[in-house]
Amino acid sequence: MTYHPAIDTILVLAMLLNLSMLASSRLATCIRLFAFQSFLLALLPVGGEIAVGELPSLHAYLIAAAAIGLKVILIPYVLMRILRSGEIHKDVEPFIGFTASVMIGALAIVASFAMASRLVLPMPPFSDLVLPAALSTIFIGLLTLVTRVTAITQVIGYLVLENGIFIFGLFLLNRTPLLVELGILLDVFVGVFIMAIVVYHIRREFDHIDTDLLDELKEV
Amino acid sequence: MNTVWVMVAFLEALAALALPPLLMSVIAKTKAWFGGRVGPPWLQPYYELAKLLRKNAVYSETTTWVFRAGPIISLAALLTAAALVPVLSNRSPLGFPGDVILVAYLFALGRMFTVLAAMDTGSSFEGMGASREVTFGAMSEPALFLAFVVLAVATGSLQLSQMLGPTLLDEWQIAGPAMVLVIGALLVVLLTEACRVPVDDPATHLELTMIHEVMVLDHSGPEFAYITYGAALKFMLLGSVLLHVAIPHPESFVFLDPVLRVVELVALAGVVGVIESAMARLRLNRVPLLLAGATVLSAIAVVIVFARRTL
Repeated sequence: MTYHPAIDTILVLAMLLNLSMLASSRLATCIRLFAFQSFLLALLPVGGEIAVGELPSLHAYLIAAAAIGLKVILIPYVLMRILRSGEIHKDVEPFIGFTASVMIGALAIVASFAMASRLVLPMPPFSDLVLPAALSTIFIGLLTLVTRVTAITQVIGYLVLENGIFIFGLFLLNRTPLLVELGILLDVFVGVFIMAIVVYHIRREFDHIDTDLLDELKEV
Repeated sequence: MNTVWVMVAFLEALAALALPPLLMSVIAKTKAWFGGRVGPPWLQPYYELAKLLRKNAVYSETTTWVFRAGPIISLAALLTAAALVPVLSNRSPLGFPGDVILVAYLFALGRMFTVLAAMDTGSSFEGMGASREVTFGAMSEPALFLAFVVLAVATGSLQLSQMLGPTLLDEWQIAGPAMVLVIGALLVVLLTEACRVPVDDPATHLELTMIHEVMVLDHSGPEFAYITYGAALKFMLLGSVLLHVAIPHPESFVFLDPVLRVVELVALAGVVGVIESAMARLRLNRVPLLLAGATVLSAIAVVIVFARRTL
């Protein structure tokens, strides 16, 4: 089977960062961990091509640069600004406790290894950890999205989910046109931008960003 | 030839048994250095053991034989475990397939008797410490066993001295990240089992925050010496397991091996000293998260090692 120590290390670190995001109780820590994870993943398009013995293409460099620019610098900066700007609770408020969410995250990782061994792929990936890493990142992003109360953590969950899709996309690196991949990154950016505005307005209207309370607006 | 090996093994065992208090001293010196102090003399732990051994033990009237048996059985269990764990070389004095389970449960046996002795005193503080020790012990066990599973899969053996042998060098090539995860998990297990800082603070003076120290408050004289030595021995044994995984020595090292291992153990004690100086004890309700984290690390390592072999 194919493996390369540096690529393996990055993918395993990405999985561990998912778990530490589930475990950390501070929003700022979550954002930093996300930025770090995105940085590691941004190395993959170039690193992956080197690992299979090709010269990195311009395509790979562009994807890496766009990912670093957006997900390592711009989006964390925007989120940190919202965090600093005012009366936001700086703590993560989970529905499920930290220990329990880490355990569920670990189960998600085990499940994605099991699933990855069953999927039929159009072509072999550059490392056999790519698929499990992608699936588990998607699962854990989803978990963050649904189990955390505040809007900011939901944005982070959405971003982690997108990171999973990014790893998945690395499979098809040479098959996907550059424009499509850049389009995905742009979508994410716009998504975060809109969410930031929404978060800002929720806070202005309600003095907090606890989206759970929005449910109570329902008509009886 | 055979007698030579027996002699070598004997000397090696003696050296290994003499080493643990020195490691405690290394930790103390590191912490003193961080605090800008000189620290106790290097041989202080040995002086203390010698002093305790010359004293008489004092027994509370409420205690039974369990209290007296506790330290002796704990020390005996740890010494037996010491015969099965390779410390200064790739060989251990004793060993048979499956002894890895015995080693883990010898540690547990020692802990159980320390706990029983603590409960026997009837002191509420000691009961509290006992409950914490058992809780954290139970939570660090899955991490330890999953780490053992990784080693067993990697080396295809259930004998500790082979699981920690030079075959691990290949595993670093095949599944390096898994080995790093195992090291992380084993470090947490080491700090938990040896009652070091992020979990327990050996230097604390407040019974409410103690775990291990509070359980042994009533012991005195030679029995307290057994406990102190036993704790140091446990640190060395778990540290050796960690080091054999982290830095497997090839078979050809025969005579250089023990020297290198001593240096590595001292360095590990230094690292633990740095951890203790750099961070505070975790809040009690955050400790389970740390131990769950260690379990998760080993679990992921297991998955990776299996995936590498079956995919």
